Amino acid sequence: MFIILLAVPPAAALACLKAPVRACQAVSIGAGLASFASVIALVPAAARHDLTVGRYLRADAVSVVFLLATSFLYAAVAAYSVGYFRGEEGSAGFARYARRFYAGLNVFAWSMLAAPLLSSLALLWIAVEVTTVISALLVAIEDTDRAVEAAWKYVLIASAGLGLALLATIFMYAAGAHVLGQSYDLGFTGLMRAGPRLPHTAVRLAFGLAVLGFGTKVGLFPVHTWLPDAHAEAPTPVSALLSGSLLAVSFYAILRYYQVSVTALGPRFPQAVLLAFGIASLLLAALYLFGQRNLKRLLAYSSVEHMGILAIGVSFGAPIALAGVLLHVLAHAAAKGNAFMGAGVLVRKYHTKRIAAVGGGLDLLPWSGPLLLVAVLALSAMPPFGIFRSEFQIVAGGFAASRNAAAAVLIVAVTVAFLGLSLSANRMLLAPGTGRLPRGEPSAWMVVPVLAGVAVLVLLGVHPPADLAALLARGAAELRGLA
Amino acid sequence: MAGTGLPGGGVAALAAAHPAPSVFGGSANVVAVLVLLLEFGMFRQALLRDQIRLYAAQSAAISVLAVIIAAARDVPQLYVLAALSAALKVVIVPVLMRRLLRGADGEIAGSGALGLASTVLLAIAVGAFGFFAVGTLGIAGVTLPRTALGLAMAVVLVAFVLMIVRRDVVSQAIGFFSLENGVSLAALVIAARMPLILAVAFLFDLLVAVIVFGVLIRVHHGRAESLSTAGLTRLRG
Repeated sequence: MFIILLAVPPAAALACLKAPVRACQAVSIGAGLASFASVIALVPAAARHDLTVGRYLRADAVSVVFLLATSFLYAAVAAYSVGYFRGEEGSAGFARYARRFYAGLNVFAWSMLAAPLLSSLALLWIAVEVTTVISALLVAIEDTDRAVEAAWKYVLIASAGLGLALLATIFMYAAGAHVLGQSYDLGFTGLMRAGPRLPHTAVRLAFGLAVLGFGTKVGLFPVHTWLPDAHAEAPTPVSALLSGSLLAVSFYAILRYYQVSVTALGPRFPQAVLLAFGIASLLLAALYLFGQRNLKRLLAYSSVEHMGILAIGVSFGAPIALAGVLLHVLAHAAAKGNAFMGAGVLVRKYHTKRIAAVGGGLDLLPWSGPLLLVAVLALSAMPPFGIFRSEFQIVAGGFAASRNAAAAVLIVAVTVAFLGLSLSANRMLLAPGTGRLPRGEPSAWMVVPVLAGVAVLVLLGVHPPADLAALLARGAAELRGLA
Repeated sequence: MAGTGLPGGGVAALAAAHPAPSVFGGSANVVAVLVLLLEFGMFRQALLRDQIRLYAAQSAAISVLAVIIAAARDVPQLYVLAALSAALKVVIVPVLMRRLLRGADGEIAGSGALGLASTVLLAIAVGAFGFFAVGTLGIAGVTLPRTALGLAMAVVLVAFVLMIVRRDVVSQAIGFFSLENGVSLAALVIAARMPLILAVAFLFDLLVAVIVFGVLIRVHHGRAESLSTAGLTRLRG
């Protein structure tokens, strides 16, 4: 399974460099589905024990959760982009553009699938760096002034952040070297075993730098500034992957540092750091959701909000909150993927990203209109969707851990965010439109992946399968250093 | 060498209180200070061409330090690392940058967001903070004296200031590259006997930076006909 995950996407990328566009599309969808299927096959085993291949490949319950999110979006986005490019086939330079796009998409997905499979903090850092490089090139791929501006900001801010993350890696190495000797592989299982003996100052510094450094890519306040630009200017399929998957993978890196820090320092310090960043991100994003005029920026700020919720959930530390965090990763990937894909249909239909210029979406788009509404409701934690369950668990965990004030802030901020999101959704979908556009969907390819996302959201919200529940429970135990 | 005029007991006491740095420790600290000074030099340079030259000199200093450590502490892998990073950072990156500059209209770095004097003062404050803050933490490397770690932190922070106040693509890129130099310095201090993995990590980082910056600056240059970021203000909010 590891081999499928690590070999198929790059093979697909290579194929896309030469093959005709239609073959690229088929190969990418195939690679996405194969990855998703093999991750699902990993679930029952990972729910019971860790899986290791060789020295540097390792998957436990936490990694498999992140793999599930990425591989699902990979398949969905590969299918969606067929519809996204429909109608542009004839234009000059399209074949070259599409080949580059598909090759980039596959490599991007590959790098995000590789990151959770690596057992060493140094390799993890490299994988996250690769995701940055590829995604920056994908953000710039449209070659407009705005896309180049967004990509430049993204590269500069994210690379500087990753510079800090590298410092964190080095300090963590220094901490481990005191116990494990000068040459060890920086594997986090070894570091966790040595946890209680690690020197506190170095681990503290490493954790702080890791939250700030990787947090740049997660989009935590105040280092989120690249995020709305990149999400808004990237092609929509890439935006969906950026938001649902890339941010989560960077959060995964923080979780690994969290695990080591908790065993070394106890939960107090790491949880306080995450709580501060989480609350700040959540509040900022909830307020920014009101003023947005650009549809994709709106969704980008919603991502900042949800990453803040993840950080707060981890800071609660209660088992139910940690299981909720892992569920939230999955549900957010499905919901945000859906929202971006729905937004892509609107942009295609109305030829603008301005919220004010869009109206009557429900009438004009018989499928995508209602589906976008469903995605917005799901993002706002309405039952019966997965985010309702996960946020419920996180809040319950907050009360269980007697973090009443933080849990209350979480509830208020999420409600404010709901207002902000629904005002704009209302404007776009329910208010009468002004234009005389014909009724109809641009392409069925842009509807089917969204339907799959809704199915996942309902499944996660109503009745998560037993294997998945076991996986989440084990993941929560791992995060508390018990498994 | 210190205090030949003092009575014998005084020398011994002095030596016990302040052990003279070894040749190795002293030269390492000198190089680390040089790296920081070159970082400050980048603020002063108005000509982008000279800024690139300073960056090359800084990278060369880092490579020299790697060689010193390799020789003094007998870590043969570091020779390879020093050679590779010298090739990359002293030759390839500066050459690419200079090629990029050719034909661009902006030879002179645009004035920063702050005046030169305030910028340098800010950089001194930030650098001093990094130096002393790390000094108090008491994290010691095995191979290099503690001072060098504080200097590395100062380089990183000053590089941030450079990236923030400058308003042209080349200066920002150079700021980022010199930030990587600071991180490399920290890595050399703390983890000189690092497994190859860490060596790969920071070389790889630079390789990646070259690719992305190379592509992006080119695209940027091609479109905007200028290296200034003053026009990059469309995306906000």
